[in-house]
Amino acid sequence: MLDAALLVRGLAKRFDRPAVDGLDLTIRRGEFYALLGPNGAGKTTTLRMVAGLMTPDAGSISIFGVDARRDPIAAKRLTAWVPDEPMIYDKLTPLEYLAFVAGLWGVSPADAESRARHLVDWLGLGPYADERCEGFSKGMRQKVALAGALVHDPSLIILDEPLTGLDAGSARQVKDVLLERARNGATVILTTHILEVAERMAERIGVIARGRLIAEGTLEELRGQARGGRSTLEEIFLDLVDAERSAA
Amino acid sequence: MSAPGSLAFFAAHEARLAWRDAAGMVSGGGKRRLTGPAFWFFGFIAVMHVVALAAMPKALPIDLTSERDTLLTVTGAAFFAWALMLAQAMESVTRAVYSRGDLDLVLSSPATTANLFAFRTGILAFGTTFMAALLVGPFIHVLAWRFGAGWLASYGVLAAMGATATAAAILVTLVLFRLIGARRTRLVAQIVAAVIGAGFVVGAQAIAIIGRGEFSRFAVFRSDFALSNMPGPESLFWWPARAAAGDLIALGGVLGASVLLLAVAVVAAAARLPAAAIATAGAAQPRVRSSDASGGRLFRPRSAEATLRAKEITLLVRDPWLLSQSLMQILYLVPPALMLWKGFGSDLGTAALMVPIVVMGAGQLAGGLAWLTLSGEDAPDLIASAPVTRGAAVRAKVEAVLLSVTVPIAPLIAGLAVTSAKIAVIAAIGVLLASLASSAIQFLFRSSARRSQFRRRQTASRAATFAEAFSSLSWAGAAALAAADTTYAFIPAALAIGVLLIAAAASPNGFRFER
Repeated sequence: MLDAALLVRGLAKRFDRPAVDGLDLTIRRGEFYALLGPNGAGKTTTLRMVAGLMTPDAGSISIFGVDARRDPIAAKRLTAWVPDEPMIYDKLTPLEYLAFVAGLWGVSPADAESRARHLVDWLGLGPYADERCEGFSKGMRQKVALAGALVHDPSLIILDEPLTGLDAGSARQVKDVLLERARNGATVILTTHILEVAERMAERIGVIARGRLIAEGTLEELRGQARGGRSTLEEIFLDLVDAERSAA
Repeated sequence: MSAPGSLAFFAAHEARLAWRDAAGMVSGGGKRRLTGPAFWFFGFIAVMHVVALAAMPKALPIDLTSERDTLLTVTGAAFFAWALMLAQAMESVTRAVYSRGDLDLVLSSPATTANLFAFRTGILAFGTTFMAALLVGPFIHVLAWRFGAGWLASYGVLAAMGATATAAAILVTLVLFRLIGARRTRLVAQIVAAVIGAGFVVGAQAIAIIGRGEFSRFAVFRSDFALSNMPGPESLFWWPARAAAGDLIALGGVLGASVLLLAVAVVAAAARLPAAAIATAGAAQPRVRSSDASGGRLFRPRSAEATLRAKEITLLVRDPWLLSQSLMQILYLVPPALMLWKGFGSDLGTAALMVPIVVMGAGQLAGGLAWLTLSGEDAPDLIASAPVTRGAAVRAKVEAVLLSVTVPIAPLIAGLAVTSAKIAVIAAIGVLLASLASSAIQFLFRSSARRSQFRRRQTASRAATFAEAFSSLSWAGAAALAAADTTYAFIPAALAIGVLLIAAAASPNGFRFER
């Protein structure tokens, strides 16, 4: 699996019940992958373990060949994590925030500045670049967080519900940015409850339930896995989840 | 069943919320039984009684009216307490108006919101009085036991003080609303509240030091200037002090006047606070531009640790509310600084006296700052997902704390060095150890919180609060004894290390980094 951006094997995490239960996942370099599942399926826990925010109970995680459990710092250097709730500093301006993130990832000042200014303009934050984030709307905060994730030019971008609470314009901008990154070779994994986003953007979709991958493939392949006559991703998703629930 | 929207309806609703809030505060927000916290609560009351027994005089002039300096001291003490009650009431009033909580629901309902605000104002006055009674009550009991049950009338004076402090807080907040608008009132009111609390006490102490060279904050009331400028014994000015001693006419007058003032404030609040609350909802956060944010200086080569340190210091400097909260602790360092200045370069005894105060202040300041950097991290996921080891991140944050503590403490150490290099070195070591210990305790009891929750950190982890206080106190004691050239310094030092070990054993994570 030399071309794998992310290789997860036997990943497990238990809280009061198994949240992730022996999950296997392979995501190719440059792929746009959507991870779907009902609430509590283990999506966020999986991604948090991949991003190094949580220690798995068992299993392995390899990011571009780097063993993330053995060398988490090297793995983190390649990765960006964008949570559903943008976590930024109210008292910093977008440019200061980006300078801070670039400093954490050790980006050279020249690269950091040109990337930061480009991202700020690209995401429509230019007029607010020198304003503190405390007065920003949710959409603007999410864009600042996204710019922070991209300023160190990560090879693997992990996003947990990145479009939650965004207006149509902001959502469009975020989607465009992610597609552009994927086109330029970055690997993107996102979770979303907006199935239309997964349907339109993702090359492959994984469906997770009770901490296990229950289906995976392109939209066409998923149609084949679902019971007859399902055409939209929503129908396929509900069918797969129902089938899993009845089997359990 | 009370009619919806009536005063009784809101009273029942508020009483339920207040009870659950209080139970949550006592049990640390968990679902634990209240037996343990209740044990600690009554234990605290018992300890306060022991403190009061030791602190209160065994003899007191029987006839207060003939002793103007005693009257003045009682009045002054009541004024200090009132200043602290005013600070607490201002905080509460601001929270009542700005915390959205259920306000959106209530304000959008067809209920008469004046009833809600009237009741909440009453609750504020009760809360302010109750908190003061917890602290002052044991002293009243000792006075009543030693000098007669008449002193129990002090509870009436306390209630009057709570009522007037709440009334003043409401009126100040309403005036601020009118003068500077909803957007700025919150910040200004919180800063004023923070400074007012310590300001009066520290101010009196500073005047005493400058005027009489005494450290006691009550010394100012024994000065010839104060005594010669005070009104005669029959003046209404002394009524609160007389009421406290059991003069029922004075008590009736004080209570009547304060209830009247509170009634005026309640009427004003009921009429104007709903509008103020609506205004706060519409007041957008101010857009603040940072002039230094656009220059090339932002992007400069530095390590991840240096980047973290710079971020922590920038966030602290840019948050006036947090600064004002920290300022409370720094304000208490003003009197020792003045004391040092008075005996500048000559008084070895004064210099030695300063050591524990400076060490204690540094320990407390470091504890607050360490909470902000370790628990009050607004982007924990960002830091955890960055290619920086957790140890390095924590180290950088603690370094930022030490750097911030250095700013107010370094001039004091420098002042001590002029008198005695040895004492300055002892103070510096004490400051370092107390700051590191406070930071370690905050690390042991770290939690995930927002910086805006700074004020509630002490109720969130009482174990951390007590450990931090005992640790700072022990290091202060050790430094004081070391400055006095006695080897007994090792006893409080060992105690301080013991506190840290107990904190490590009691903490949920110990020194491990959780994932």
